Amino acid sequence: MRRTTSRILRGLALVSALALGATACGSSDDSGSEQKQVSAADIQAALKKGGTVNVWAWEPTLKTVAADFEKKYPKVKINLVSERSGDKHYTAVSNAISAGKGVPDVAQIEYFALGQYSLTKGLTDLAPFGADKLASKYTPGPWNAVSDGDKVYGLPMDSGPMAMFYNKKVFDKYKIAVPTTWDEYLEAARKLHKADPKVFIANDAGDAGFTTSMLWQAGSRPYKVDGTKVSINFDDAGAKKYEAVWQKMIDEKLVSPITGWTDDWYKGLGDGSIATLTTGAWMPANFTTGVPNAAGDWRAAPMPAWTKGEKASAENGGSSLVLPALGKNKELAYAFVEYANSGDGVATRVSEGAFPATKAELESPAFQSKKFEYFGGQEANKIFAESAANVASDWSYLPFQQYANSIFNDTVGKAYVSSTTLAQGLKAWQDASIKYGKEQGFTVE
Amino acid sequence: MTTSVATPAPTKSAPRLRSPRRHTPGKPRRSKLLTALMALMVLYTVVPLIWLVINSTKTQAGLGDSNGLWFAGDFAFWDNIRDTFTYHDGIFGRWLLNTLLYVVLGAGGATLLAVLGGYALAKFDFPGKRAIFAVVIGAVAVPGTALAVPTFLMFSKMGLTDTPWAVIIPSLVSPFGLYLMWVFAAEAIPTELLEAARMDGASEVRTFFQVSLPLLAPGIVTVLLFTTVATWNNYFLPLIMLKDPNWYPLTLGLSSWSAQAQTIGGDVIFNLVITGSLLTIVPLIAVFLLLQKYWQSGLAAGSVKE
Amino acid sequence: MTTLQPPAAAQPRSAPPPARKDRRSWTGWGFIGPFVAVFALVFLAPIVYSVYLSLYRNQLIGGNQFVGLDNYTQAFKDEQFWDSVGRVGLFLVIQVPIMLGIALLVALALDSGRLYGKSFFRITIFLPYAVPAVVATLMWGFMYGTKYGLVGDINSAFGVTLPNLLSPDWVLASIGNIVTWEFVGYNMLIFYSALRVVPSSLYEAAEIDGAGQLRVITSIKLPAIRGAIVIATIFSIIGSFQLFNEPSILRPLALNSITTDYTPNFYTYSLSFNGQQHNYSATVAIIMGVITMVVAYVVQLRGMRKGA
Repeated sequence: MRRTTSRILRGLALVSALALGATACGSSDDSGSEQKQVSAADIQAALKKGGTVNVWAWEPTLKTVAADFEKKYPKVKINLVSERSGDKHYTAVSNAISAGKGVPDVAQIEYFALGQYSLTKGLTDLAPFGADKLASKYTPGPWNAVSDGDKVYGLPMDSGPMAMFYNKKVFDKYKIAVPTTWDEYLEAARKLHKADPKVFIANDAGDAGFTTSMLWQAGSRPYKVDGTKVSINFDDAGAKKYEAVWQKMIDEKLVSPITGWTDDWYKGLGDGSIATLTTGAWMPANFTTGVPNAAGDWRAAPMPAWTKGEKASAENGGSSLVLPALGKNKELAYAFVEYANSGDGVATRVSEGAFPATKAELESPAFQSKKFEYFGGQEANKIFAESAANVASDWSYLPFQQYANSIFNDTVGKAYVSSTTLAQGLKAWQDASIKYGKEQGFTVE
Repeated sequence: MTTSVATPAPTKSAPRLRSPRRHTPGKPRRSKLLTALMALMVLYTVVPLIWLVINSTKTQAGLGDSNGLWFAGDFAFWDNIRDTFTYHDGIFGRWLLNTLLYVVLGAGGATLLAVLGGYALAKFDFPGKRAIFAVVIGAVAVPGTALAVPTFLMFSKMGLTDTPWAVIIPSLVSPFGLYLMWVFAAEAIPTELLEAARMDGASEVRTFFQVSLPLLAPGIVTVLLFTTVATWNNYFLPLIMLKDPNWYPLTLGLSSWSAQAQTIGGDVIFNLVITGSLLTIVPLIAVFLLLQKYWQSGLAAGSVKE
Repeated sequence: MTTLQPPAAAQPRSAPPPARKDRRSWTGWGFIGPFVAVFALVFLAPIVYSVYLSLYRNQLIGGNQFVGLDNYTQAFKDEQFWDSVGRVGLFLVIQVPIMLGIALLVALALDSGRLYGKSFFRITIFLPYAVPAVVATLMWGFMYGTKYGLVGDINSAFGVTLPNLLSPDWVLASIGNIVTWEFVGYNMLIFYSALRVVPSSLYEAAEIDGAGQLRVITSIKLPAIRGAIVIATIFSIIGSFQLFNEPSILRPLALNSITTDYTPNFYTYSLSFNGQQHNYSATVAIIMGVITMVVAYVVQLRGMRKGA
């Protein structure tokens, strides 16, 4: 019997070895080699000839843009697949790249996740297509995220300069001034919670994006990246500023432990029990559909500063469109990306609620004077545009930020549910990230 | 991937061996206490389902405003159902049809393979027979999440990813269906009957279809129901294999709707997620109730009906 | 495992006549061949491929290289992995007995003939099995909410403070509850079906002896369905060791309580999908598969021996 089993297994091993072939080494391809220049004429010729571009992107406004593009270039078909976002989207992209098959021609990648794909040569350099000449069109934060030296790995689609959204009704009710510094914020948190124990100034159950944005604004620069040399250090002055305030928020139970983006969270934003939300300028669209019952209650304000009068901001979220190296129809794909993120598509997308990364739109009077009905007619874009201008551009994410973020709650998360402090949590996050970096062959300090 | 790997226990059939029996010695008296205890159990079972039904009557705004276990002021049940079927050009209907396709081909095929295989294990002696089930059980013990990527790479090489086949082919294997049919066939088909058919010169195929298949019918219905549930609720593998939303099954579609709430600029539609969830489980429950008689008799095949 | 008997061995009473040796031929393969072929494609080939993967290491920087058994030594020293094994072990020894115990009690109650509305109970308690894990976890996740959920409602209605069921101390129990909810009815049905075919001659004998209800249960009913209990236990063990859907779907509500290495299956998922560490993930999966097989096999041996 035993012999039979092993014979079957041997046979199967053979079959599967044949079937699998060389899959194990699928990903790296020729993208590292010099690409030839692609002229505008080449692109025009490709557009005339036509073809299909497969786009994997969840950005909702791209739907209209794709339709407009097809109208403008009737021979081009944009096949937009938008049902997946975040981790599930990246899983699909990575799997397709590993398999070397079914790779999209255009993909949406958030700024924090770009490093991994550009480092492993998974992306097409867009500079030869002329993307390098677009640098001056974008605000510094997003452009810094998509470019590396003379290479350009994607075109910024949107940006998320930080702002503080607050429930005016709640602040008015308890006659509390809207905080402009984090110290005032802490005070306001205490007053609010004392006035009504059901009201919290914010919710925070541990969110990597929020914490890194806070550190960014506070002047901390935990990640330093130079090719495959990486250093990770959360023990700097900026991080201490953040820890000092936020540790008190946690210790005094001034933050609601509700996790962001859940059913409860949307409810909390609606019923006044979460009084502020400090996040990216893209939030209004989610307010409108997710918290329709609180229309008129909320307003936007600048993100509180660390010292009175200081004008420092940070980015949260935001993404780019890239051309994976294994995608096809590069000229068409680039034409679409250019149209959507730098050409006519930008205006369309902004009109549908996207927050731009292009200076022209941010500075235009029409954009700045737009009245948000949800915010009681406030011209909120003025605040957002100012925030965008105040983002420090020397921040960088890890080339494996996606992994690091995935273990944020395993490490820093402990500070929210146990006696671990934020500083200890950040140290644990640092250690785990360093361990992973080393395992992946990075030189980590 | 979860405890759903559990399966019906060996059922004993061979009705010819047994005579009618009374349930327990003497005439049992009905007990109010026992019934009350069972009612508690039923309460535990239905509270989450009641939550689902109640909340499917609310709008997105109503969900935010109201207590979860009672109705909101607005009764939007029919609106929600209409919106569920019309949202994004009616893609929910497409997902429903996809799920039906996967069930017909996947669960149907799985049942067919299990019936044939179980029959072989029960009624034939052939080289490698004992190894087969050992290997099947062993393979099932390896966590499926880790096999997802290797499977994806293989299927990709074969050009199957992002096609319905990537969902259907893995659904064709139901180790527990095989097990159930093995036990069932061993008891439901008297070996003498097969011997007799062979003596008459009938081919194995003809014997199978004419003699064995009718005897296996209750078992087949049972296996079909369990493979249907498995296919209907399949989530993880389609998640890895499919990119094109036009091929999503319901579970995947619902989860993508739910994820919209976590997307910048996404349209928050918890009300449709809840209504869609209800619409997803209703057909399955209906099938269970309608076919109750058949699958229960399959499970307890051979026992004498009350 | 090659000695694994057809499950019918659990019920010697009804064992089929053995197929005659002189009929040993390849005919059987004609019937089982299709199953084996698809099985080999979707189960065995990926496993074989995983074994191959487990001997390599692929880095973001530096590429792919053969590392022999390094991944295995790493796994044996990996605290995260063994913590997760311990967690599902704890889950196993608490949740499985509770779930099977309730299932057995309900099955016995149904079989006792002492219930009003028996078929209503039977079908209602079975219903959760038809609810996808995605939906079940969504519903329970809501009920657990201390703010808007059932727990929150109870707190405000009675002025009590129930523990937060999604906190690190409670979340394993909360997951256990979801799994129990999903599968009690299913296991109940298995036991109930087995009970219904206990031969009446056994009861008649007991009747003559004047045995009471409890006696009938312990000395006739339970031994008679031992096979069903063993099988249900084995599959519940496999299910516990592979716990994944419920914690992963519940995680967005309890990010700090359910870590990415919460169960072995979750750990392999995180390694593979967050960390792109497919090789190490495959290694952990293989070790876990072996552990599961050994435990299931021991339970089967013990269960069957007692029954013989």
